[in-house]
This record gives sequence, structure tokens and C-alpha cells, in this order.
Amino acid sequence: MKNEKILEVKGLRTSFFTHVGEIKAIRGVSFNLDKGEAIGIVGESGSGKSVTSLSVMGLLQYPGRVIDGEIHFKGQDLTKKSDKEMQSIRGNEIAMIFQDPMTSLNPVYTIGDQIMEAIRRHQGLNKHEAREKAIEMLKLVGIPSPEKRVDNYPHEFSGGMRQRAMIAMALSCEPSLLIADEPTTALDVTIQAQILELMKDLKDKINTSIILITHDLGVVADVCSRIVVMYGGLIMEEGSTDDIFYNPKHPYTWGLLKSIPRLDLNEKKRLVPIEGSPPDLLKPPKGCPFAARCPYAMKICMEQLPEYYQVDENHRSLCWLQDENAPRLEVDTGVQRGRA
Amino acid sequence: MSKKNNEILIEVKNLKKYFPIRKGFLGGETQYVQAVDDVSFFIRKGETLGLVGESGCGKSTTGRTIIRLYNPTAGEVIFGGAEIGHMKENELHPFRKKMQMIFQDPYASLNSRMTVGDIIGEAIDIHNLATGKERLEIIHELLHRVGLNPDHAVRYPHEFSGGQRQRIGIARSLAVRPEFIICDEPISALDVSIQAQVVNMLEDLQAELGLTYLFIAHDLSMVRHISDRVGVMYLGKLVEIADSEELYNNPTHPYTQALLSSIPIPDPEVSRSQQRIILEGDVPSPLNPPSGCRFRTRCKYAMPKCAEAEPIMKDVGGGHMSACHLL
Repeated sequence: MKNEKILEVKGLRTSFFTHVGEIKAIRGVSFNLDKGEAIGIVGESGSGKSVTSLSVMGLLQYPGRVIDGEIHFKGQDLTKKSDKEMQSIRGNEIAMIFQDPMTSLNPVYTIGDQIMEAIRRHQGLNKHEAREKAIEMLKLVGIPSPEKRVDNYPHEFSGGMRQRAMIAMALSCEPSLLIADEPTTALDVTIQAQILELMKDLKDKINTSIILITHDLGVVADVCSRIVVMYGGLIMEEGSTDDIFYNPKHPYTWGLLKSIPRLDLNEKKRLVPIEGSPPDLLKPPKGCPFAARCPYAMKICMEQLPEYYQVDENHRSLCWLQDENAPRLEVDTGVQRGRA
Repeated sequence: MSKKNNEILIEVKNLKKYFPIRKGFLGGETQYVQAVDDVSFFIRKGETLGLVGESGCGKSTTGRTIIRLYNPTAGEVIFGGAEIGHMKENELHPFRKKMQMIFQDPYASLNSRMTVGDIIGEAIDIHNLATGKERLEIIHELLHRVGLNPDHAVRYPHEFSGGQRQRIGIARSLAVRPEFIICDEPISALDVSIQAQVVNMLEDLQAELGLTYLFIAHDLSMVRHISDRVGVMYLGKLVEIADSEELYNNPTHPYTQALLSSIPIPDPEVSRSQQRIILEGDVPSPLNPPSGCRFRTRCKYAMPKCAEAEPIMKDVGGGHMSACHLL
């Protein structure tokens, strides 16, 4: 069953057509996801990580539109599906968890009703069976006394419990793909640890593939086996989790690793920030989007976007520094093997 | 370090802040949220005290009560020898400019109808520090100091990014030449690559101007990075306080241990081998906190004694204080 591709995104371009002009949020993104695999998409606000997931889900709102590219899910191109066809896939085969569990639950329906809605729609169970299933799902995600809690309204749940209920809802139809967009950002660290543990556990139990979108490198190091680093609407670097942390090949990845303080190391060093701020995607730069903030930028970086350089089979970097004519650089990011 | 002189700038003694919850529109005040309950600590001149804890633990309320945005329910706040916790507003006025605050949300904390120059200049006007050309010079100097262009004084907040707005907030807090600044989650709304810029700037300003910080945040790695000492709060109580290296290397309170172990480490090998203490359940309601030790409902070491008596702060060595019956 290994290496069976469940999702294949090819040359995806998504833009928002606003009154001030076309905002090119995603400018050609390609990646794959295997069955049962968890990948992380890392990037800062405006990098295009959430727009990528909304494009896959077919949930882009006006004025956003996929303008080019293919999204193959189990061999079918999702960009060619009608809204109606997408409705039978969404929530059933692809499910999503959002950042804010407060605003993504409907306050006037009970938790049970909201979980049952998806089950009844997609699995054709009757009301009684759906309720049983909802209780079973709440139990699976660790809600105490689920047979009582199923009749509670969202305001009677705490933040962590709401996110658990969202996960229960997302997993109720046993989706083959789960997209989690910053699922723990609004939660406290002790609750975050509970939710991440739950997601790892469920991935093994149900064999769901996961796309985890986050800005927190600590979260992906824990949950994901592969990482996609996005910046300015493009994938800057992609590789296994170990590649990205121990053998990063892109200056943006170096910058990210250097700018975060490390709790597990004893020496206190001054942080190394990435100077400047992200590019304006209304007028994306001609060359590499990171060039303006990159301490290693060369003349060509400002003028022309590089092709991907394969570092090895599963590791690629969008950077001129990987060219054979570029100077070789040794950069210490402070993250090394063998600290465990 | 020269930073470590022993002069105490702020001392908080048995500080309490309760918020009344009114039930019904005629009935009296029936219940109180015990947001901060009997918290004591001190901050030395020129140091940074970090305050961490989960949402609702009372860390922001503590900060806001110290600076008298709230009036304390009980207890004392001693600033440079003077008790300011119960001062009247007119007596407090000279102290207002010694204490300033930087807020979390750089979008909500700047008035969108005022220019950057007026936002920064407002405090200068209120305290009659300068007028005319001198006032303008101060504003330009402050903007320069926080890494913005002095010409930006005539622009409005919407023209700036989140990181730049936070710099404006910092410039505003510096306008009255304060001694003490409360940084309430100053970086949590910013992107990772921008956070380090702001933290480095706060450190530089502290070194140059001899500022004292109370740094409130839930990002424990960043708090450890910036703080000399760190206090941990849980449900309105201070449960442990120590030098930051000591606290992170040798946490003694079960809550601190759980909190530290739940932080995801950005290093895959370390992360895989990390022994996590996963706490069960959620934080209880501060309306009706558990008897005895407030952490006992989630603590795996809880004993009968924990429900009966409230643990008091004990010195476990070298000023490392912890409140737990196990010690």
C-alpha cells in the first residue's frame, strides 16, 4: 500500500480578483501526498498556505479563483468538478478542521446535530444510527460522558473540547484526506499537546492522510513526516522532516530556523530575525519573492525565478544557490542531529 | 551582569483582583471571578520578569492591575517605594508616566483616525513634556529608535504592517520616558520571522535605556529567551517563580513540568524522544475554583491533603519559589 498517491497538486495557480487588481496568492504550486502520510505546510501569513487548502477543498470565496493547474484526488481532477459534485466529496472524502473552533461551529445547533448532519448526508444512516455514530466519534476523540455531551451546545464546551468536536465531525465519515488549517493555534499549549497526540493517534487508527498547515515548526516536527515550506505563493523548499531541519537548502528555511528561540538548548543566543517584510502579491517581484530579504541574494535572484533544484530524490529547493555556478555556503541554523 | 543589581523596583504583595458577575438585572452581585488571587512577587530594577500561563490564568489581569488599569480588590503594589495600588487618580498621575504598556493586538491598540505622530505625541501632551518643535523632534527620534522612518509620522496606522504597528506601539510607550513597561503578549500576533525583530529591539531598548519589563506571554520559548526570571500562573495563583534557567532546567511544580513538556520542540529527533506529560481535562472555572490546591483536579500526584489545604510558596533554594504540597 506504500506510495499510493492520494492527492496530486500540479501547477496550481489561484488569484483573487479585487478592485485594486489581481492578487496572485498562489503562483504555481505542485506537491503530492501518499496514503496515510502526514505532510506539513509551513509559512507565514500571506504565503499562500491556507489558500492552497481552500483551493483543494473547492472553498474559495469570491473574488478568489483557481486560474490554472490540476488537483488530482484519487485520480479525479477536483478543479473540473461542479459545486454539486464537490459537495459529495467535501466532508465525506476530504474533511477540514479550521483554526478557530469557536466560529466554525454553529451556536444554535447541538454538537450532536452538527456531527449527525454530515453522517446522515453522506452515509445515509437514519437519525438513531447517526446519533449512535456521533456518540462513538465523541468517545473516540476523548470527550468524557459522550452520551450526555452530544446534546450540549457549543458554548457549553471549552476551547479544547470544541476542537475535539470539530475533529470528531471531520472524521465521522472516515475521510481519506484531512486538512487541518492551524488546528491548535487558538489553543493553550497543554490543550495543544492533547490535540496533537489525538491527531497522531487517529492517523494510525484510521489511516487518514493529513495536511497540517501551521506557522509553528515545533508542531510539524512532531506530527509530520514531510514538510513543504511556502513563501510568497510558491513552494521554497520541500523535503522530509529530517531534511528540512537538519539539511535545509533554502535561505528562507535557514531564516525560519534561526529566528525561533530553542527551549531545549541551554546557551542563550541573540535571535537572528529575517529583516524586512513579505512581498506584496499584487505586484509580485520578478525574481525570487524572498530575494529582497535574503542575505545571500545575488544579482540573478532579483531578475529571474529559478527552477527547482533536486537536492536528492525527495528534497527540492527553489534557490539559485543550488546552481552549480553559485558559491557553496555552509550555514549553521543551530539545529543539529544527535541532540536527543 | 550589571543588570543584576538588587534594587527592587516593583513589589506586589498579596494582590487580589475579583470581578463581580451580576445575576439578573435586579439581583445583587452574587459571584466573583477570582482572576488574581493572592499573588506576591517583586521585579528588580533593569530586569525582565516573564509571566506565563494558559488563557484565563490571570497573567494579563495581574499586569493591568499593577499598572492600575484595574483597581486591585486587595493587596499592595509598591512602585519605587510608594504604594500605588490604592492611590487616588490625582496622586497617581506622576506615576502614570513611569509605567507604560505594550499591547498584544497592533491592529486594535492604535487609533485608526490619528496619525502616527499624534498617537506617539498624545502622551507627551497629556504629561506636558514638550510642545511645538521639541515635541516633533521627540517623535522623530522615537520613530528612528524603533527602526521606522521619521517621515512616517504623518501617516495613518492602516498604512503599516503588523510588525511596523507593533513598533509604533513601542515608540508610543517610550514617549514619556518610562522606567517600567508591561509587554502584554507583544509578539503573539506577529509572524515568526517578524517576532525576532521585535524581541531583539525590546532587548536593545532595555540595554540602552535601563528599562524594567514585565513580559506576559504564552509562548514559553520566547519568554525563556527574554526573561531573567519567570513566574508561572495557574487559575489566578502564582504557582512557581525562579530564575529563568533554573525554572526551565529544574521545574518543581507539577503544572510547570506539564507546561514545559507540552511545548513542541522544533527538532524532529528531540521531538520524537520527548517525554510528554499530557494533562487531562481543562482548566476549571475561576468562578468556583477547586478547594485547596487549584491544580489538583488535573494533577497526577494529587493527595487528600491537596484538597484540604492550600499549598504556600516555599523557597526550594536560591530564590526558587514553588507552591506544592509535594515539596
